Amino acid sequence: MKNSTLLSVRHLHTWHELRQRVFGRAGSVRAVDGVTFDLSEGETIAVVGESGCGKSSLAKTILGLYRPTQGEIVFQGQPIHAANAATLRWYRRQVGFVQQDPYGALPPFMNVHRILAEPLIIHGIRKAQREERIREVLEEVKLVPLTDFITKFPHMLSGGQQQRVVIARAILLRPQLIVADEPVSMLDASVRVEILELLRNLQSAHRLAVIYITHDLSVVRHFSERIFVMYGGKIVEKGRVADLLRNPLHPYTRALLRAIPDADAANAETDRDVPPGEPPSLLNPPQGCRFHPRCPLVMPGLCDALEPPEFEPEPLHLTLCWLYKDAKP
Amino acid sequence: MNNGLLQVEELRLHYRTTQGVVQAVDGVTFSLAPRQALAVLGESGCGKSSLARAILRLLPRNVEVYDGCVRVNGLNVMPLDEEQFRRDVRWSKISIVMQAAMNALNPVLRVADQVIEPLLVHQDQQHDAALARVRDVFQMVGVPLDFMARYAFELSGGMRQRVVLAMALVLNPSLVLLDEPTSALDVLTQANIMNVLKRIKKDTSTSFILITHDIATSSELADQVAVMYAGQLVEISDAARFFREPLHPYSQKLMASVPRLRDDTKLEYIPGRPPSLIALPRGCRFAPRCLQRFAKCDQDPPMIHTEDGRQVRCWLYE
Repeated sequence: MKNSTLLSVRHLHTWHELRQRVFGRAGSVRAVDGVTFDLSEGETIAVVGESGCGKSSLAKTILGLYRPTQGEIVFQGQPIHAANAATLRWYRRQVGFVQQDPYGALPPFMNVHRILAEPLIIHGIRKAQREERIREVLEEVKLVPLTDFITKFPHMLSGGQQQRVVIARAILLRPQLIVADEPVSMLDASVRVEILELLRNLQSAHRLAVIYITHDLSVVRHFSERIFVMYGGKIVEKGRVADLLRNPLHPYTRALLRAIPDADAANAETDRDVPPGEPPSLLNPPQGCRFHPRCPLVMPGLCDALEPPEFEPEPLHLTLCWLYKDAKP
Repeated sequence: MNNGLLQVEELRLHYRTTQGVVQAVDGVTFSLAPRQALAVLGESGCGKSSLARAILRLLPRNVEVYDGCVRVNGLNVMPLDEEQFRRDVRWSKISIVMQAAMNALNPVLRVADQVIEPLLVHQDQQHDAALARVRDVFQMVGVPLDFMARYAFELSGGMRQRVVLAMALVLNPSLVLLDEPTSALDVLTQANIMNVLKRIKKDTSTSFILITHDIATSSELADQVAVMYAGQLVEISDAARFFREPLHPYSQKLMASVPRLRDDTKLEYIPGRPPSLIALPRGCRFAPRCLQRFAKCDQDPPMIHTEDGRQVRCWLYE
């Protein structure tokens, strides 16, 4: 069942150091704090979490935009975390990035042709091939007829079209992995479905692996195979979509699922059940389990003292929570 | 006409631009009873924020057409001059939580000093009395009282949104317009804010108009739903029936594009794009994208009142 591993992340830590004035150190923001997972070729995973949980830092570390403080990133057997410039250059052809805000991600002074030519020039592709490739990707993201779009500047395009250009740019160099950071959160509902469908078609056509970063669990269901739930810099639960939605293990995952409404008039009658408090500061995270100050099932003396290791109460469904310390898969 | 809290009749707001006239709000009619919440659903660019601005008369300088009738508690406020409107209607009867207002709090004022301002300006209250009211409102929206002396940047997004909500509620208005009040917030914070709104709706006599593109969240508050498309309302219905079986083909498509956590139906999207509000198609404005269109759709459909008390702008229900 398992394909060969494309990306393997081990004990990844990305801490952003805070400086005070010039010399003083004010501590570190532990944005990614011990993340481990494997991604197979052609697999889609979703990383779900609230703002400030470290999911974007995780994305940027995987993309090679941040240097990990500790830990390993291995892509097709090549270590990336301490790679030299040549390896990094090779790696950046293998991974594409779909940013959250398409308007912010496209340079306003370049037209679509120029935006798409740029990465090809940087990676030394000849002119004739460049034109050919630009035509191909624009067709793939369905920005047709080409002549309508190729000379347009980003502000002349709608949000959905801008996001298509961003996606075109991400697949331009035929990567094997796409990291999509909230690719549809700025779009309208019906456009959102269109873009998700496009991503999914591209994914299966090219056997792309996708890491899909989002805060919206209800979209994830229609898109990915596994879900990782992130809280306070850690992945607190990993599992296949169906397992995780049917039987959420971590109290935080349960809270998240309970907070999401489906359109139903009965919602107006009942209050939603929301855990008290706010996500922890990553500068000074709570001792023990990071969710314990908000957790309804907290076990004093355990949860507030010791960090939970990973338990596997169900096959392929893992969680960082002391509730499952005696559970067997 | 009933004696509702708010009656809007044939409201129009058109803007002048270099490309032509943008018909953002084009003949909108609806009414709202006290203690009710109306959700106005629509995609970006359908004119829903302009509708809020038209009701509160917060107009930019390039207005081409602004007419129709807005009645608040039976009184037509359109003939009021700007000063009367500011004094008697805006904020004291109808207030608004603007889109992304939580990011527009004054960074150099403590939040309590900002929330107190309408009381000092509108009601000429003594500072102490006003402060007591601010304390009440903060309690109502769930801002801890020791946050009163904080600045906006010291608060999280959810808390800032509550402060903005407190500002809208401080004069005890009969109607609060909420323009995308939770769209920039996280899931848990969103649920928290919706809980606050539900409680306020239950405990006070405030009505709400919730303007949003987030259909699932709108169901948390709405008694009534109005769907807006290309400057017009195309459907007005009670929430219970709307969320189960919307009437207008556009509403149906819109509902089918909402991802649901708890069932596996395939998501759909609406082919094509909403029309430009400068060059609107003749006849039904949704017809070019509609799968159920027929010959009659070349004519402009009126708002049709169905037998079971819903309204829909579609020839299918004639």
